Amino acid sequence: MRNYLPPEYIVHIDQDRCRRCGECVRTCAFGTLRFEHGAWRQAMSVFQHGRDDLERVFDRIRDNVPDRVAADNKKCVQCHYCVAHCPEGAISIQPNPLAYRGNHHWEPHHLKNIWLQAETGGMVLTGSGNDKAYFSYFDHMVLDACQVTNPSIDPLREPMELRTYLGSLPDALEFESGPEGPVLKTRLAPSVRLDTPLVFPAMSYGAISLNAQKALAKAAVSCGILMNTGEGGMHEDLYPYAHRMVVQVASGRFGVNPGYLRRGAVVEIKIGQGAKPGIGGHLPGEKVDEGVSQTRMIPVGSDALSPAPHHDIYSIEDLSQLIFALKEATEYTKPVSVKIAAVHNVAAIASGIARAGADIITIDGFRGGTGATPLAIRDHVGIPIEMALAAVDDRLRREGIRNRVSLVASGGIRHSGDVAKAIALGADAVAIGTAALIAMGCRLCQKCYTGNCNWGIATQKPELTARLDPDRAAENLANLIRGWSLELKEILGALGLNSVESLRGSRLRLRGVGLSDADLQVLGIRNAGVGA
Amino acid sequence: MREGMVRIPSGCAISGIISTKGIRFNGEAINRSIACMHERSNGLGGGFVAYGIYPEYRDLYALHLMYETPQARGETEEYLHKHFTVHQAELIPTGNATGIGEAPALWRYFVRPERKETENGPVRDNDDYVTASVMTINSRIHGAFVFSSGRNMGVFKGVGYPEDIARFFRLEEYEGYMWVAHGRFPTNTPGWWGGAHPLGVLDWSVVHNGEVSSYGINKRYLEMFAYRLELQTDTEVIAYLFDLLHRRHGVPLDLVCRTLTAPFWKDIDRGDEREREVYTALRRVYGSAMLNGPFSVIVAFNGTMIGLNDRIKLRPMVCGRKDHFTLMGSEESALREVAGDLDEVWHIRAGERFIARLEEGVTV
Amino acid sequence: MLRIDAAGVHYRHLNEQIRETVRAGETVLVLDNVNGQRYIGTGLESDQVRITIHGVPGNDLAAFMSGPAITVWGNAQDGVSNTMNSGTVVVHGGAGDVLGYGMRGGKLFIRGDVGYRVGIHMKEYKDLVPVLMVGGRAGAFFGEYMAGGRLILLGLDRPAGSPLTGDYLGTGMHGGVIYLRGRPEEHTLGREVKMFDLDEVDWAFLNPLLDEFCRYYDRDPGRLRAAEFRKLVPVSHRPYGLLYTP
Repeated sequence: MRNYLPPEYIVHIDQDRCRRCGECVRTCAFGTLRFEHGAWRQAMSVFQHGRDDLERVFDRIRDNVPDRVAADNKKCVQCHYCVAHCPEGAISIQPNPLAYRGNHHWEPHHLKNIWLQAETGGMVLTGSGNDKAYFSYFDHMVLDACQVTNPSIDPLREPMELRTYLGSLPDALEFESGPEGPVLKTRLAPSVRLDTPLVFPAMSYGAISLNAQKALAKAAVSCGILMNTGEGGMHEDLYPYAHRMVVQVASGRFGVNPGYLRRGAVVEIKIGQGAKPGIGGHLPGEKVDEGVSQTRMIPVGSDALSPAPHHDIYSIEDLSQLIFALKEATEYTKPVSVKIAAVHNVAAIASGIARAGADIITIDGFRGGTGATPLAIRDHVGIPIEMALAAVDDRLRREGIRNRVSLVASGGIRHSGDVAKAIALGADAVAIGTAALIAMGCRLCQKCYTGNCNWGIATQKPELTARLDPDRAAENLANLIRGWSLELKEILGALGLNSVESLRGSRLRLRGVGLSDADLQVLGIRNAGVGA
Repeated sequence: MREGMVRIPSGCAISGIISTKGIRFNGEAINRSIACMHERSNGLGGGFVAYGIYPEYRDLYALHLMYETPQARGETEEYLHKHFTVHQAELIPTGNATGIGEAPALWRYFVRPERKETENGPVRDNDDYVTASVMTINSRIHGAFVFSSGRNMGVFKGVGYPEDIARFFRLEEYEGYMWVAHGRFPTNTPGWWGGAHPLGVLDWSVVHNGEVSSYGINKRYLEMFAYRLELQTDTEVIAYLFDLLHRRHGVPLDLVCRTLTAPFWKDIDRGDEREREVYTALRRVYGSAMLNGPFSVIVAFNGTMIGLNDRIKLRPMVCGRKDHFTLMGSEESALREVAGDLDEVWHIRAGERFIARLEEGVTV
Repeated sequence: MLRIDAAGVHYRHLNEQIRETVRAGETVLVLDNVNGQRYIGTGLESDQVRITIHGVPGNDLAAFMSGPAITVWGNAQDGVSNTMNSGTVVVHGGAGDVLGYGMRGGKLFIRGDVGYRVGIHMKEYKDLVPVLMVGGRAGAFFGEYMAGGRLILLGLDRPAGSPLTGDYLGTGMHGGVIYLRGRPEEHTLGREVKMFDLDEVDWAFLNPLLDEFCRYYDRDPGRLRAAEFRKLVPVSHRPYGLLYTP
């Protein structure tokens, strides 16, 4: 069946511009491009006829019958590595224009997957986040701005504060008087400070390359934000950045030991992720090379299985048990975060997590990314982050426990506008994973699970990981954080606010455009045109 | 359309006078002061609050109420008699004044709480009981609205220019040691007396100038603590924030001010360890209570008057002193109108507060 | 030596006291009247410390522990040696569910029976080879997802006809070895394991551990060895290679 599958993309080589340098042929990890030795094939075909003929052929080779670059279109994933690196700009890639019999119900990708599965009997794998045309609530919410009755603020010249803390807070503070003035009596739970309300979410060494993790770590340090080890442990090379790292404890417990827990700024229990709620992980043995093996503390070449649940958590009180086991192990010096996927009952679940003793809750919406997941899960399980966040923030407020946890929202945040909207819905900070990968070169080809990432991000092959310069990528990431932070300041200024906490949860500054009453109600916002 | 159904941005004039020796004076001075800033109002709201005016009832809660219908009064009085001992019930004296439309019925009651629990459960003290009762009347009884509910104080307000309101309520006949006034410039015409300012709860009252840009989160934050924001105004938010932080959470008054107009992180970072700890904790725990955007505010409660300015000084606020009087207002002229020869005059700086208190040992 | 009366003490205070004592250089601790206090030894790092517990310690005993030796005179509950790094835990009694979850080093000895999901996702790396040894019987999912280390189940003192383990023995196992004293029923085996006889390498590994077990629990090593031993090993260290369509 596979042989009959039409290619998704057509690679076009402009033979006039191509100077046969071989760059694309050497670099495509998917093996799409090759030299077609036209002259040699001719030679072989005539060889049987006799020596005279052969000599004639060699003459022709001398006459410069050129080899040409040819593409095996079926292998192309449209990652643009060759396009970006062709010195002559001779490569272009188009979607295959091949027409399918028009059908609004059976789309080409449905057919393709059925053919694939009919051949293999396996599950269809994919990477990255849900790419289906679900309604985007972000795109149907708009922000407010000041006109006349209160002034907007100029962020370039007047103070504008983005500093954010993550950690549990009491409802009230107690003070006692001291000789110099009031002294804080309440002891605050451990927290971590962010210079801007953005973090890099969990992406494990194994799913992504060490160079990619290094870039994230360096950028997190230079921007005063956080990166997250993911569930693959922490490589020694990252120790210098550990004070800006979240160390994750997932169901597989890879690389988790007391030193690991103490090294990080935050300990995160991963319950689920938006791209695969309720699904375990499975890093295939071929990705477990020496470095990954060291960091995950498993033998080279063995599969790294993450069970679907934590087997010490079958209930909310068990979560509490693990939260406090981690607090005991770190002697109550680190905030403990719990990451969950946005699912139907997310509000009640989050409330339970807050009451179980978590300091931070990370909610990952159904657009969140992954290195590998069954397509059936990625595209059909979970709910949008906008809805989940609104419901959680609302529930925690109604129960009067919003101060107990910080909320980090993630799952398909594409720009600073999404960030501002998420904060207005109630997020303390926003996690940006896919955007960070894109800043490092990712083209969203969704083939992370193959380990062939041409950009050196989602791969462990040394020849590919070497393509990602961690310093350069860190700079790109830091630039992205800076750019979004500047935009966030502009948005705050337009809103007449000079500190991000005044936007946090301020749903009055959002309006819906083209949303249903039910949508508006869940989001807790009014329709555009309705005044304050 | 009336206050509470929509949020109405307003500009304003504010003014306040306190005798820190507790010497009582009639309402003429404050009226002259606010009238001097006539141009800052548009005739759609004026109001006053006076402290120390009911010394003979100083232990009782004085409820100032407005009624739009006789039924509203009937229901309210039934409620009051059920939940309080009503020592005195009377019409608030009014006179003729030009520029004022039809007034609602205006009554006052001097009451003592009789129970220790509301429909929502037990309360901590009388103050909580009164607060809960006021919220019940305002939200449940159609056509009734409580102007004020503190002891030895009262709010007088309505739709009109403040100087007309003062004449209407015959404020020259009251003597108090502290007066605060408000002249309003709302962006539309609600024409509802309850929506005029000052607003407050118990003996807390607030007048303010400017529109708080953080209203949305301030409101949601207060709702977490069961406050019902009926009027959708910044003034109400500010009054409740003082109530929550100072009365209920016990945060020292000065730190409440520093919470609402939080210092910038760069300044906090420069402070000594104690200050860093105090202000970092305040900003983190009470970040949702921070007032962002333009405002100058006078907050008053028994014995104290506080002037407060926003973090980057977007609204004006002048303070002055003359003998034992402290004066505050949107313009210096409003102060000079009352005391031309001020001993001292200064502007409140961005994010700063000035607190004027009765002198030690003074009772009112 | 420091004796602590744990009666009525909340775990947070108890463990704080343990950590402070250890920090102060004390190495021998005896805890009396322990009943349900969680996290004893959790996150503790020291190769010298010896803790003796009288009573029933609470869940997550020795979680994330690195080094210490803990002896429990009584039964233990759930989650003993959760994600434990190194050290030794000896329980003079039975224990509950999910013991040695994600354990990556050290040893856990249980004299009696254990519950469900014991030794799941144990893993080994180089010289870190966790050992979990059970004197009695085990519930279902024994050694689920097992990625490394050694699980040893002796099935001693069990009533006639009582099975050695529950179902799904070694399901998803892709590393390590499970040693069984006795022969499990074929239908209880997970699909990912195969059963073999022991060879010399196995005995060389097992013998000292059996001796150690007998020392702790005062049993005769000779009689222990006299029974039939079998081992389970994974069919593949990549059990799910064919699950996906690339």
